[in-house]
Amino acid sequence: MTVSSEPADLVSRQKYFGWVGRLSAAQRGILIAMLIFASMFIVYGWKQAAGLTPNMINTAANKGALLALVAMAQTLPVITRGLDLSVGATFVLANCLASTIVVDGPIATTFGIFGVLLLGLACGAVNGLIIVYGRLQPLIATLATSAVYFGIALAVRPQPGGSVNFELADFMTRSSFAIPHSVLLLLAVVVFIWIPYRRSVLGRAAFAIGSSEQAAYMSGIPINRAKMLAYTLSGLLASIGGILLTALTYSGAAKMSIANEYTLNSIGAVVIGGTSLFGGVGSAVGSIFGAFVMRTVGDLLIVFDINPVLQPLFVGVVLLVAVSLGSLRVLRIKNRLDIYR
Amino acid sequence: MSESKSPYLLSMSGITKRYGGVRALENVSFDTHRGSIHALLGENGAGKSTLIKILSGVVQPDSGTIELDGNTVSFANPQQANDLGVSCIFQELSLLPDLTVADNIGITRPPLKFGMIDYRAQRRIAEEALARVGGENIDPMETVSNLSLSRRQMVEIAKALARNPKILILDEATSALTAADVDKVFKMLHRLRDEGMAIIYISHRMPEIAELADTCTVYRNGTKVETFKNGTKSDSAVVEMMIGREYSSVYPAKSSRPTATKPILKVSDFSWNDELNGIDLEMRTGEIVGLGGLDGQGQRQLQLGLFGTLIGSSGSVEINGTTVKLNSPKMAKSDDIGIALVPEDRKYEGLMLSMTVRENLSFAAVEKMSRMGVVDKRAEEAAIDEMIALLKIKADGIDGPVGALSGGNQQKVVIGKWLMTKPRIILLNDPTRGIDVGTKQEIYQLLQKLAAEGCAILLYSTDYDELIGCCDRVLVMYDGRIVRTLAGDDLNETNLVSAALNLPEQAANRPEPKKLQEASL
Repeated sequence: MTVSSEPADLVSRQKYFGWVGRLSAAQRGILIAMLIFASMFIVYGWKQAAGLTPNMINTAANKGALLALVAMAQTLPVITRGLDLSVGATFVLANCLASTIVVDGPIATTFGIFGVLLLGLACGAVNGLIIVYGRLQPLIATLATSAVYFGIALAVRPQPGGSVNFELADFMTRSSFAIPHSVLLLLAVVVFIWIPYRRSVLGRAAFAIGSSEQAAYMSGIPINRAKMLAYTLSGLLASIGGILLTALTYSGAAKMSIANEYTLNSIGAVVIGGTSLFGGVGSAVGSIFGAFVMRTVGDLLIVFDINPVLQPLFVGVVLLVAVSLGSLRVLRIKNRLDIYR
Repeated sequence: MSESKSPYLLSMSGITKRYGGVRALENVSFDTHRGSIHALLGENGAGKSTLIKILSGVVQPDSGTIELDGNTVSFANPQQANDLGVSCIFQELSLLPDLTVADNIGITRPPLKFGMIDYRAQRRIAEEALARVGGENIDPMETVSNLSLSRRQMVEIAKALARNPKILILDEATSALTAADVDKVFKMLHRLRDEGMAIIYISHRMPEIAELADTCTVYRNGTKVETFKNGTKSDSAVVEMMIGREYSSVYPAKSSRPTATKPILKVSDFSWNDELNGIDLEMRTGEIVGLGGLDGQGQRQLQLGLFGTLIGSSGSVEINGTTVKLNSPKMAKSDDIGIALVPEDRKYEGLMLSMTVRENLSFAAVEKMSRMGVVDKRAEEAAIDEMIALLKIKADGIDGPVGALSGGNQQKVVIGKWLMTKPRIILLNDPTRGIDVGTKQEIYQLLQKLAAEGCAILLYSTDYDELIGCCDRVLVMYDGRIVRTLAGDDLNETNLVSAALNLPEQAANRPEPKKLQEASL
C-alpha cells in the first residue's frame, strides 16, 4: 500500500524545532519551568559570597518542597479542569493534627502518620463527593470546605504549639551525601503516586475530562470515578505536605495566612509548571519546578540586597512572564471566536 | 450453535422520542443484518441522528425496544452500548484534543500491565487500528490537536474499530475526508462487512451511498418512510421520499421591491482555511438572498467571515463599491459598513441570558445612543420601547431575565438587538430553528418589511420551505463553494435538495452504481 503524503504542519514542526517539536505540551511546560528554575538558581549560587553550601541547599529544598507538595495536590484537580481552594486548609489541618498525634515512640508515630494521611484522603474525598455528586462548581465547593477544614484545624489546635517525634522530624529535614531528604520525598511521591496515577485508567480519564468532558462522556469514560480520585489524591498530597511542615517547625499552628498563601501560590506554581488552567494538559513534575521557581524569587532578592518586602512584586512578575510563554497559542488561532472558547 | 433467535442482529421497534414538545421520532423501527451496510437517508431533522444517538446510548428513548442478537437491551450511557458491541463515529468528533492518537484509540479499554496502562501495547494497537483504516501515515504519538481535520476523522474511525464492534455506525464520518481517504475507508468497510460486521451509514452524499450500501431506509419528519434494496430506486424517487410533505403556506407574499442596480455587498473569491473556497457573492438593497445546502458546508463560516471573526481569509469584500477589510464584529457593525449577524446559537452567541430584555436589546447599539461615552438614557428607553412594539415581544417579561422567555421571544430579542444598530446588511443563521409557527410567521413578515425598507438580507436556513417562501434567490453551498444559484421557477424543493447533494443539474437518473472489484479487496 502506498503511503500518502505526511501532513505538512507536522513535518515542518519537526524540521524547525527538532526534538523540542516532538515534546508534548506538558513536557514543554516542564522544560520551561526547569530552565527558569535552573537559571535562577545558578544566579543565586553565583551571587553567594560563600558559594553554595550543602546547608543552604538543604534549607532551600525544604522550603521549596513544602510548596511543591501543595502544588502537586493542586495539579490533579486542575488537570480535570477543576480547582481546589482547600489544599492550603488541608495542609494546615494536617499540620495541626500531626503536631498532636505524630508523637512519642515509633509505633505511635507510625499510626499517627497513617492517621494524618487518612485525614487528607478524607478531606479530598469530601471535596470530590460534593463536586461529583452534589454537582457544585469546584471553586465554590472547595472555598466552603476550605473554611470547614480550617475550622477543624482551629478546634484541634486553638493555640500554636504541640510537638513531633524528633527522630522523624530530623530525618525528614536533613541531607544525606548532600542530597536533601525532602527532595527524596518529592521523588518518592513522583515515582509512587504521580507516575502510577498518570498511567492508570482513571488518571488518563482525568486528562480526558479536562480536554473535553463531552467527548470523554461520548467515549464511555468513567467520569465520576476519575474526578473522585483526582480530588481524593489531592487531599492526600496536601496532607503529606502538612507532615513535612510539622517536621520543619516542630509544632502545629492553625494560621489562616498560611493556608491562604499556600493555596494561592500553589495555583501559581501549577501554571508556571506548564499545567493548563483549561485542563487536559499538565504534570505534577512541572508543578514541583514551578514551586521552586516561586520560592527562589525570595532567595534572589536577598542576594541582590533588595528589600524582602518587595517579594510579592517579583513573584507576580515571574508569574506573568511564565504564563505569557504558555499562552502563545493565541497567535495561531484562525477564528476570533475561538479565543473565547 | 449460538446463533441468534431473531433473523436480525439488531432490531429496534416502536422507538419514540420527544424533546420538550418537539417530536423527534414517532414509533420508528429499524432492523439490520450482520454482514450488511445499511444507509439511513433523510433531510436535516428527519430523525436519523436521534435514532443513532438512541442506538449508541447517548439519549434514551421515551418508549420502544431495542433487541440485539435476540436479547432486549437498553443503554443508559455510551459506555454500556460500547460494552455490548455498538460503536459510533459521530459527526462532531469525539476525540480528546490534548491526548495523543494512541491514547485516544485506546481510551475506552486500554491494555493494562500491573494495573497500569501498557504504553507499548497501546501504541501497537493504535498502529494496527490505523493500518486497518489505511491511516498508517499517522504518528500514534502525535497529539490529536496537531492533526488536520481529515486526519482526525481517520483517527476517529480507527478508535471505533479498535473496540471490535459488532455494529459500527458512521454518522457523516466521511464528510471531512479527502477523496483518497474515502477510497481507503470504503474498501475497509466492504472488508468489514464481508467479515460479518453490521454497518450503519449516514451520509448526505448520494453517490457514496450508491457505491456503498446494501440496504437503504428513508426517514422523514421523525417517521420511517421505506426500506429498500440499494439500486432499486432512482435518485429522484429517493429525493421525493425524503421531502414528500405538503407545502405549508405560512409565508407572506414577496413584495415587489425597488432593487438597486449597484450591489451594496460584493464578495469576490473569498476563501478561508479549506472551509470556504472561492466564494463570489453580490447583494443589492431590497433583496433577500438565501443560503442553502446541507448543514456544515461553509454557510456559517461565510457569515462569520462577513462579520469579521475569521483570521487569514483571502479575497475581497466591497461595501457600496468600497473595498473594506473586516477585522472584528465591532468594525462590521460600524456606521460605514452596517452589517449585523443574528447568530446560530442564540443562547451562547446571541444573548446574555441572565440579563434583562431591555439590557440585551441595547447592547449592540449602545454606542449609537450615547454621547461622549455617556448613555443617553431617554434615547435608549425610547429606542427599546419602539423595538419591543415592532417585534411584539411579550410585554410582561421585558424587565425580567431574557432566559425566562420562550425560544421564539428570545429569538425576537436577538433580532431586535441587531435592528437597533440600524444595519444595512443583515445576516441571519437559521433564525427560526426550534421556534413555534406563529413566531416564525412574524419573523418572515419582519424580513419582508426590512427588505422593503432597503436592507439587504442574507438568510441561511436548514428549512427548504423557508428558503423557497422567503428568498428572491438561493445560493446553494457544497463543500465551501457556491454550487448553484436558484431563482424564480427553478427555486423549488426538488432542485434545492438535488443541488444540496451536489447532483448534476436536471439529473433525474442516477449514474450506474460503480462496480466494485471485490476480488481485489
